[in-house]
Amino acid sequence: MKLIDRSFDKDGSGQVTLLPEDPEDMWHAFNLVAVGDSLRSTTIRKVQNESATGSVSSSKIRTTLTVTIETIDFDTAACVLRVKGRNIQENQYVKMGAYHTLDLELNRKFTLAKECWDAIAIDRIEQACDIEKKADVAALVMQEGLAHLCLLTGSMTVVRAKIETNIPRKRRGSCEQHDKGLGRFYESVMQGILRHVNFEIVKCVLVASPGFVKDQFCEYMFSQAIKTDCKIITENKSKFLLVHSSSGFKHSLKEVLQDPSVTAKLADTKAAGEVKLLEQFYIMLQHEPDRAYYGIKHVESASESEAIETLLISDRLFRAQDVPTRRRYVALVEKVKDLGGDVKIFSSLHVSGEQLDQLTGVAAILRFPIPEIDEEDATDSDED
Amino acid sequence: MSRHRNIRSMNVHDEYEGYDDVYGHSVEDDYGVSPATEAQFMYRRSEAPRLSSFIEESKKESIEEEEEYDYDDQEDHDHSLSDSQTFQWPRLSDQNEARLRSCLEEIHNVIGDSVPQHVLVDTVMKCDFDLDKALDAVLSLQDKPKEARPPPTAAAPPRTQGAGAGDRWQQAPAADSCHPKEEAAPRVAQVSTPRRQVKTGFQPVATRSKQVTTGFQVPPTDTREVIAENGLGGNTEAGDREDQQAMPTSQKAAGKTKQVLDVAAELSKRDEGKEVINMVIIGHVDAGKSTLMGHLLYRMGHVNKKTMHKYEVESQKAGKASFAYAWVLDETGEERVRGITMDVGLTKFETDHKVVTLLDAPGHRDFIPNMITGAAQADVAILVVDASTGEFEAGFEAGGQTREHAMLVRSLGVTQLAVAVNKLDTVGWSENRYQEIVKKLGHFLKQAGFKDSDVVYIPVSGLQGENLIKPASEPPLTAWYKGPCLLQQIDSFKSPPRPVDKPFRFCVSDVFKGMGSGFSVAGRMVAGSIQNGTRVMVMPSGETATVKGIAIHDFPMNWACAGDHATLTITGTDIMKVSVGSVLCDLANPIQAASRIKARVIIFNIDVPITKGFPVVFHYQTLSEPANIRKLISLLHKSTGEVTRNKPRCLSKGNNAVIEVELNRPVCLELYKDNKDLGRFMLRYGSATIAAGVVTEIP
Repeated sequence: MKLIDRSFDKDGSGQVTLLPEDPEDMWHAFNLVAVGDSLRSTTIRKVQNESATGSVSSSKIRTTLTVTIETIDFDTAACVLRVKGRNIQENQYVKMGAYHTLDLELNRKFTLAKECWDAIAIDRIEQACDIEKKADVAALVMQEGLAHLCLLTGSMTVVRAKIETNIPRKRRGSCEQHDKGLGRFYESVMQGILRHVNFEIVKCVLVASPGFVKDQFCEYMFSQAIKTDCKIITENKSKFLLVHSSSGFKHSLKEVLQDPSVTAKLADTKAAGEVKLLEQFYIMLQHEPDRAYYGIKHVESASESEAIETLLISDRLFRAQDVPTRRRYVALVEKVKDLGGDVKIFSSLHVSGEQLDQLTGVAAILRFPIPEIDEEDATDSDED
Repeated sequence: MSRHRNIRSMNVHDEYEGYDDVYGHSVEDDYGVSPATEAQFMYRRSEAPRLSSFIEESKKESIEEEEEYDYDDQEDHDHSLSDSQTFQWPRLSDQNEARLRSCLEEIHNVIGDSVPQHVLVDTVMKCDFDLDKALDAVLSLQDKPKEARPPPTAAAPPRTQGAGAGDRWQQAPAADSCHPKEEAAPRVAQVSTPRRQVKTGFQPVATRSKQVTTGFQVPPTDTREVIAENGLGGNTEAGDREDQQAMPTSQKAAGKTKQVLDVAAELSKRDEGKEVINMVIIGHVDAGKSTLMGHLLYRMGHVNKKTMHKYEVESQKAGKASFAYAWVLDETGEERVRGITMDVGLTKFETDHKVVTLLDAPGHRDFIPNMITGAAQADVAILVVDASTGEFEAGFEAGGQTREHAMLVRSLGVTQLAVAVNKLDTVGWSENRYQEIVKKLGHFLKQAGFKDSDVVYIPVSGLQGENLIKPASEPPLTAWYKGPCLLQQIDSFKSPPRPVDKPFRFCVSDVFKGMGSGFSVAGRMVAGSIQNGTRVMVMPSGETATVKGIAIHDFPMNWACAGDHATLTITGTDIMKVSVGSVLCDLANPIQAASRIKARVIIFNIDVPITKGFPVVFHYQTLSEPANIRKLISLLHKSTGEVTRNKPRCLSKGNNAVIEVELNRPVCLELYKDNKDLGRFMLRYGSATIAAGVVTEIP
């Protein structure tokens, strides 16, 4: 993402103009826009013209529209952001108040104006525009009969393909069906790689599985690539990195990102950092349960006591539709920051973020134990 | 000129967008339409709409109607002579009117307008709105006007077309009466040469008179039920086309199982009264599980000398001479090359009093999911431990699989355990070493929940074959060991009671293409019994299928019951609808499929505490599914089971708790109190088993 222009007033209102460059930027944009903001972008509008004789012709016109946002949709798989709202700047084609749905496009700039830009949103822009923090990694987690092919970017984990094949078991006296099924499975996984992994962008392909599935698969893939003279694979052989995982389900991606050989390569990627931090939280919960809390109520009361050392918070919470809820979380983050605490905003698209989401979305590691919180409300109701 | 420009600059794509949505423009130029199809879609002004013919009515009404027909019948004769001028549309009830019209339309479809309307109306009324009969009558009138109407027997009923919508109705359960001819009379098994070759569907001939010449009669019930009841002496029947194909099967099946077999009685007769027992072999990787069992099988003569010799030569070539016996059970190339078992090897042997299904589980840490699959199917277990110096400790200490496996099988309901202290020859059959192991293990196994009386220790050597099927002969061993050999111990295991009288449940562990039609599923009969030809339901897909063949260890059988490891051949459903983890069950008592359950769990030794939102892998029977812990409901007291705390923040090791688990996909489950085997599960996270649980509630 490129920041083209920004102008903030003293009261916090203002606007920024951004240019999204890759699909991940759409995800950032999705986290920036909120209902009630206004958004200007070029778009295509179908306009009907009535000629003097009364005949009607319709044509598609590229025009620039500004809308106040009413609904926001994001498709994670395709990375498409659509924003619906009412026009607030009349032009020759579109009347005031007419509804329009803006599809944000890559390489077309858009301007977003907010009543109030908070720290979270500004951080998000900085993060999005930081070109340093980019590492595209493809990860393949597999087990016999099941494979997930994911693309990992700074703030997204997108499952590009899920391959599930039934592989007959070995049976006394015949394992042809087993071998055949396995061959078929490897073939479809390899096709998945060829189709979804762009080796120009991807720096590393992690292949993870329990047992020997990964070795077997790579053996198959490279021999197949030589047979079929598939240059893409043979040329990028060095990009494949074999890692152990306990299963082929998506959440074992977490184990992959914790693997020492992977962390060495991806040290400063957000995904790996988040996994590590969440692990720290769990270890703290194990050893000193009074220093690890989760759930907004618990965390807020810890924040009251100025005890929070690290705050783990999911970006899902900032996408809350109603303003007071968002403000509550923003206030929490700002308070923690003011007191010198560390705030980590997890991307809800990563596996670790997904887990944090399930864990109410907010958790904290404290500086000192506060046993009282725990006793206070055994009947806490917001945990549902 | 300007207009031309308009057209030239016109964006055709834009202009025509939504073109297909426009109503009322004709598309017939694009398609060649057959007259019959055309007739279905053409609106004939001469005929009133016949919407009412599609309205469902209850069966009761249709019975009442029948009486009316008789009345109409008599009245018809008065009209029969009237000609087209004086012809008046008969006064009929709404329903009969609708029937009449639908019949007329069908007849028009077939013969066109060559016969006057009033003649048709008469004929239809005479034939009680029965399309086939009426058509027959009309056609014979046309052909030989003077010849009397042929007797309405089933001998030559024409196959006629049920028009589009009507077709679908026929396949609906018999309760709807839009096609009265179906209800009105018994169906007939065979339909002879159709006069008109229209293919879609057919209406079985309905003869009022009971002079049916072929086939059997049955009350018109749903075909599926009838097949299921075949064993009870129900009659055969023919329904719609689909069922006619299925008929040979059902008749054959009916022949085979004239009455329901008394499974309990049959069971006691089978295999000369030997009891079936499922035994899983567990233990740390390289403890010698496969070798031990491979050697046992060889000694018992289940592997012929030639094959064994081949294995010996080949394994020697591969530089793994000591793996020759393991190759009996490790059959895939990968397993042999690596020298470890990856998937459960399944085989069978017989002892004096038992038929043993042997499940050779993999010991490697990464294959514990496979091991769980095997252990979930077992009644008893043999824990193999490596006695050689350092190896026992490696397997037994944290990180070894000896503990985890023992905990797992205990949690999966195995109570009887034999510990084979293997490779004792490497320490010179030292009694001290044996006692040391027994002491260490005994302590642990007691903690794990095995009763002392249910655990037996046997010193063996898998590679040398010592103390396997014959009592010990090595002097250093016989000096201090007087107990039974491994085979004797296996023979003395107690077979658990089998829930034969419960509703049928079959857990699928493997799906593959067998020989012949359909496909095969292998798995374990958990409850109830199954016989050839039975219709079963496949859960969670909800499909019904027919069991066409049953084989137990490759021997074809007519039936199988709880406890057996069977391979069922299935037809009537797609292979995609059945997967590993599916449950075949009784049609009348299907198993529940749920994606959210409440369960009581016991937490094992874990490094990180369990909170809500914790991602786990849910292992259940043969299935493993990703799941999430949605809620921690309450913490229970270990021994009393009382709630000690509601909504705990986290669960740590040794806790006993009630939690809610959410699965990604629905899984077939039963409550623990209803069926112990189907109510147990394990939770794993990373490479560790973190909890064992039982299902307490399926919301």
